[in-house]
Amino acid sequence: MRLQTHLARVRGLGSAKDGTHHWWAQRVTSIALIPLTVWFAISAATMAGLDAGAVAAWVAAPWNTVLLLLLIAATFHHLHLGVQVVIEDYVHGEAAKFAGILAVKFGSAILAVACGYAVLKVAFGG
Amino acid sequence: MVEFTLPANSKIGKGKTWPKPEGATRAKTFNVYRWNPDDGKNPQVDSYQVDLDECGPMVLDALIKIKNETDQTLTFRRSCREGICGSCAMNIDGTNTLACTKFISDVKGDINVYPLPHMKVVKDLVPDLNTVYAQLSSIEPWMKAQTPPPPDQERLQSPEDRKKLDGLYECILCFCCSTSCPSYWWNGDRYLGPAVLLQAYRWIADSRDEYTGERLDNLEDPFRLYRCHTIMNCSKTCPKGLNPGKAIAEIKKLMIQRQV
Repeated sequence: MRLQTHLARVRGLGSAKDGTHHWWAQRVTSIALIPLTVWFAISAATMAGLDAGAVAAWVAAPWNTVLLLLLIAATFHHLHLGVQVVIEDYVHGEAAKFAGILAVKFGSAILAVACGYAVLKVAFGG
Repeated sequence: MVEFTLPANSKIGKGKTWPKPEGATRAKTFNVYRWNPDDGKNPQVDSYQVDLDECGPMVLDALIKIKNETDQTLTFRRSCREGICGSCAMNIDGTNTLACTKFISDVKGDINVYPLPHMKVVKDLVPDLNTVYAQLSSIEPWMKAQTPPPPDQERLQSPEDRKKLDGLYECILCFCCSTSCPSYWWNGDRYLGPAVLLQAYRWIADSRDEYTGERLDNLEDPFRLYRCHTIMNCSKTCPKGLNPGKAIAEIKKLMIQRQV
């Protein structure tokens, strides 16, 4: 039991002086993802039925490589920011919350690097 | 984790059904949440019938009539009965509002009356507001200035600057908005909630206040401010027609403005 006034509990550990960066990054990545996702969806749809060689050639085209890497960076950055918010909203045990946030950060970093590696390999691996 | 079902001792049972008043031709049923901390029982919903020909037009009139004439144990807060004190905030027909400004005739069928959602209940329709009051204190809702006021007059404010407080100063602190916000339900210990953030913005927006930066510093926190996910229940439910969601958005804009 902890005998604390309501005000002491509410003031708690004070303001984190943070949160704006997270919120802003979420907005910036979501704006970036609008054109990138539309471009990728249209490109993927028009490539339906092409053989692997043709798709690899598409990936290797310079602008497509650049845009794919940007799409991957923005997607996984946005993903980890968003899922972190969901975890903070709903998971209240401190240990589970930290474990969840770490898992999301590591998971999205691994997936992002793996996706980027795949694009670079197709683009430059010949 | 967030609890999606009520704990065992909060599950609501069926309560007492009171008889229809004699000779009533226009009886309306009020299903009212009841919980007494002293009897050790779970909450229950009691059913009352009120003769609308003998009752004022508002839900509060009916609650007072029930308390006066049917069941004196029914407990609720009320004071001004004209929507300015904020005491009779409760959940009526599924929406947080003031019982004194909610017309009985606006509700089709039975009227369900519950306390403000997700607050600790003191008794019946009386929620425990200690935490929200402490949260309000924490944002220091008063004018703060280093410059002393002029000795012979008040601090001046232009009509344009005074206009910026419209839609903010009218808040009566009934906390209908904060208790309608799912984010406040899940993280009400750390998130300040729409009512308190609207008050915070009321002082941030005041041209006479000299502590805008400190006020923003105090709010800059992933939980205190950024738990707002623009669900907008706050603005939808406000019985005074205010827009706490917009006030929160204005605070977020200032957070960006001071660093970009």
